[in-house]
Amino acid sequence: MSNFFSFLRRTRASSDPDGTPWQTALILPVAAIVMAVLIGSFFVYIAAWIKNGTLVLEQPLKAYGALVSGSLLSFDAVVGTLVFTAPLVFGGLAVALGFKAGLFNIGVTGQLLMGVLAAVAVGVALSDQPTIIAAPVAFLAGTLAGAAMGFIPGYLKARTGAHEVVTTIMLNYVAGNILAAFVAGPLRVPRAPAPVTFDVGNAALPILFGTTGHVGLIIAVLAAVAVGWLLQRTTLGFEIRTAGANPDAARYAGMRPRVIIPLTMAMSGALAGMAGAGELLGVIHKTQTSYTTSVGFDAIAVALLARSNPIAVLPAALLFGAMRAGAGPMQVIASTPRELVDVLQGVILLVLVALPVLARALGRGGGATPAEAPTVTASYAGGGESLS
Amino acid sequence: MVSTEPDRAPGATRAPALEMRGITKRYPGVVANDDISLQVRPGEIHALLGENGAGKTTLMNILYGLARPDEGEILIDGSPVRISGPTDAIARGISMVHQHFMLVPVMTVAENILLGEEPMANAVFLDRRAAHERIRELGRRFGFELDPDATVGALSVGWQQRVEILKALYRNARVLVLDEPTAVLTPQETREIFTVLRQLSRELGTAIIFISHKLYEVLEIADRITVIRRGSVVAERLPSETDEDDLAALMVGRDVQLVVDRGTSSPGEPCLEVRGLHATNDRGREALRGVDFEIRAGEILGVAGVAGNGQEELVEAIVGLRQPTGGSVTLDGRDVTRASTREMTNLGVGYVPADRHRFGLVLGFNVADNLVLTDYYRAPYSRGILRNDAAIEGRGREAIDEYDIRTPSARVTAGTLSGGNQQKLIVAREFAGDRRLLVLDQPTRGLDVGSIEFIHRRAIAKRDAGTAILLVSAELDEVLEMSDRIAVMYRGQIVAIVDGRTADRNEVGILMATGARQEGSVVGGKEGEAPDPTTPRRDDE
Repeated sequence: MSNFFSFLRRTRASSDPDGTPWQTALILPVAAIVMAVLIGSFFVYIAAWIKNGTLVLEQPLKAYGALVSGSLLSFDAVVGTLVFTAPLVFGGLAVALGFKAGLFNIGVTGQLLMGVLAAVAVGVALSDQPTIIAAPVAFLAGTLAGAAMGFIPGYLKARTGAHEVVTTIMLNYVAGNILAAFVAGPLRVPRAPAPVTFDVGNAALPILFGTTGHVGLIIAVLAAVAVGWLLQRTTLGFEIRTAGANPDAARYAGMRPRVIIPLTMAMSGALAGMAGAGELLGVIHKTQTSYTTSVGFDAIAVALLARSNPIAVLPAALLFGAMRAGAGPMQVIASTPRELVDVLQGVILLVLVALPVLARALGRGGGATPAEAPTVTASYAGGGESLS
Repeated sequence: MVSTEPDRAPGATRAPALEMRGITKRYPGVVANDDISLQVRPGEIHALLGENGAGKTTLMNILYGLARPDEGEILIDGSPVRISGPTDAIARGISMVHQHFMLVPVMTVAENILLGEEPMANAVFLDRRAAHERIRELGRRFGFELDPDATVGALSVGWQQRVEILKALYRNARVLVLDEPTAVLTPQETREIFTVLRQLSRELGTAIIFISHKLYEVLEIADRITVIRRGSVVAERLPSETDEDDLAALMVGRDVQLVVDRGTSSPGEPCLEVRGLHATNDRGREALRGVDFEIRAGEILGVAGVAGNGQEELVEAIVGLRQPTGGSVTLDGRDVTRASTREMTNLGVGYVPADRHRFGLVLGFNVADNLVLTDYYRAPYSRGILRNDAAIEGRGREAIDEYDIRTPSARVTAGTLSGGNQQKLIVAREFAGDRRLLVLDQPTRGLDVGSIEFIHRRAIAKRDAGTAILLVSAELDEVLEMSDRIAVMYRGQIVAIVDGRTADRNEVGILMATGARQEGSVVGGKEGEAPDPTTPRRDDE
């Protein structure tokens, strides 16, 4: 047992991306994607067979072809992909930053919803003001709301030891209901048939390219650079990485987990809040009581695929964004259910988390263990800090 | 202490139970084993001696089928064999007791021993009774009766090792390999294991390969000693024709001072004063019960004591990792009883922790980052909120030079360094600059003689430069050799402070074991025990 735990500790500690050459770092994500495509083909066949009762050999090619053309092969398709990518970048960064500190933030959904709520509330209030004022203030409001929502589990962990996986999951429900209550209550358009908020008007993020390419895309890229800078170049980033890689050594070195954990969770929540604010101000402009999003969980896959490297979050989010953008066209052109995309994501996640553990168990030490796998598996086991 | 019977000459005329001929194993960029030949006769205890990284483990992995040699062959009872995996090795009567035991803690002794070799009463059911009977009988024969139904996780380390040995016996091992078997044992347990090993070799004719870098142990237990350095055999010796200095020189390739000359010290003003210190352990029990001592600048105070008598809590309370529940700690006249680790660092306190992997290093970070782990936040390593990467790298290169840390560069992750070099890294960091106080907890645990000598020299140099040093070590010899004064800890108290240069090993041992100078006059705790300096005593287990 202690051997197993020390294994967890070792892999967690030795997986700092600075240590592994990028070629090695690429093996696992590429393997995950290839396996997802292969296993996805199987489900394409099944779907086609259920629907038509016949097996067409080239059906997967057709489906994947439609997926690619629907997401990448025209200007509009590319812009659509980027719009799907932006919240995944923010969300992926939120999860990645948490992983770096040894924290598993499953609460991106809740933090994002609070970002949506604050952005719509402030956006509607400022909808008549000039965009140059309204949009940044509304975006900032969403960011701060996300930060506040992320701070809560961080504070609880630092003060009471409550595990962030448990508290963030619970807070996801809290956030969903707070949003619904506000949309059905103070933010509701009077006498509207169903609860819905006003449009944010001038607070909407400006469109930069195509019909939907809003400025949030640029902010997402800047955020990735900023998180990378924070982690690699600042002393705070060094503290975050140390706390994540070896909490005992962090304590020994005089770093204060009681400060680092809530601070990191607040920053993680701020990034998630940006995802929500970006969606609301850049894409939907108003919301109903039941705003649902898969970004919170896709973000975990993005962070894992990027091995928590903030810059690598960009291509990883792009991949998932493209799949989301291409899912609709695929369903229309190839009559493959759009849920295939969920299958692909699921397989990628499974391979990323399970394969390194499996490889170790079989005694082949792969250098490409993602930093997060131990954090994730430890969280599932209810362990976390107590392991070290 | 040495009790090898000279008349037990290993059967020189019999064919070797095991022979390894011209074994060569190359890894990219390094020859781990270079034409190594080794013969072990039945009933012989053959010691394999070498520094960390000399190639002992590679050689044994080849023997156990975990690695394949590039050249050379293995003969068992004179006939060449091919060993392609541990199963093969076990089938040919080779058993290995690893440094980290390969036991399943939640299973019973019997279940662990039977793992992989389950005796079947019929196609479905295990024949437990026969197996239990055999385990009992084997244990009885070698003077350690183990309850086959005991859970392994509940056994002490010493007994777990016996389970490993029983496992080998159960499988009729003819060649038994023990990889650093004593590293985790108390002196008492070591003595007991030695008795078992001697009995094994004498009564069953088992050939035993004993891997170690502890010289006095090798001299005590071995019939023959093979010394390996940098992948080659550099000498084969009989214990009667060699001594510790000779072996150390062979191992390291130069003359080594096993005992660093501590010279004379000239203590100055009191630097650290500890008065009536109380603290509890992690389970909330009182671990320190009024500790009093002082260390003067330019003085080494050694703390001797059986592990678990409060040393760990004392160190943590001083450096700020544990809140004392009473008493005071004063550094250079300033009250630091409640100071944090960071404040202590700022006041010039260096701390080498006992567990270097858990506390001292972030194994996944590179060498340079680890070298600034405790002062990354101050100039020149930071500028405002930013890290100064140039300064950090520069510090890395400088420390690698100054402390002879063997690493390809400062950008290599600390986890890839050998244990000795990892410890040198920590020492380089904690000894840097003007330190007022150094707290050294087990500073040389598990290190080879070369690294030990190096760290001892540095500590003496630091003392001579006016630093007060608190040295805590489970190795009584280390405390005796290094300290100007020795404080003996027993059940959370300092029961005596003796002069380090005139201290008598036996007297300190008795103090450690009983808390009293002689039987009867108990200083702390309950009634005095029989004076056995090495029996581990724990209050709360």
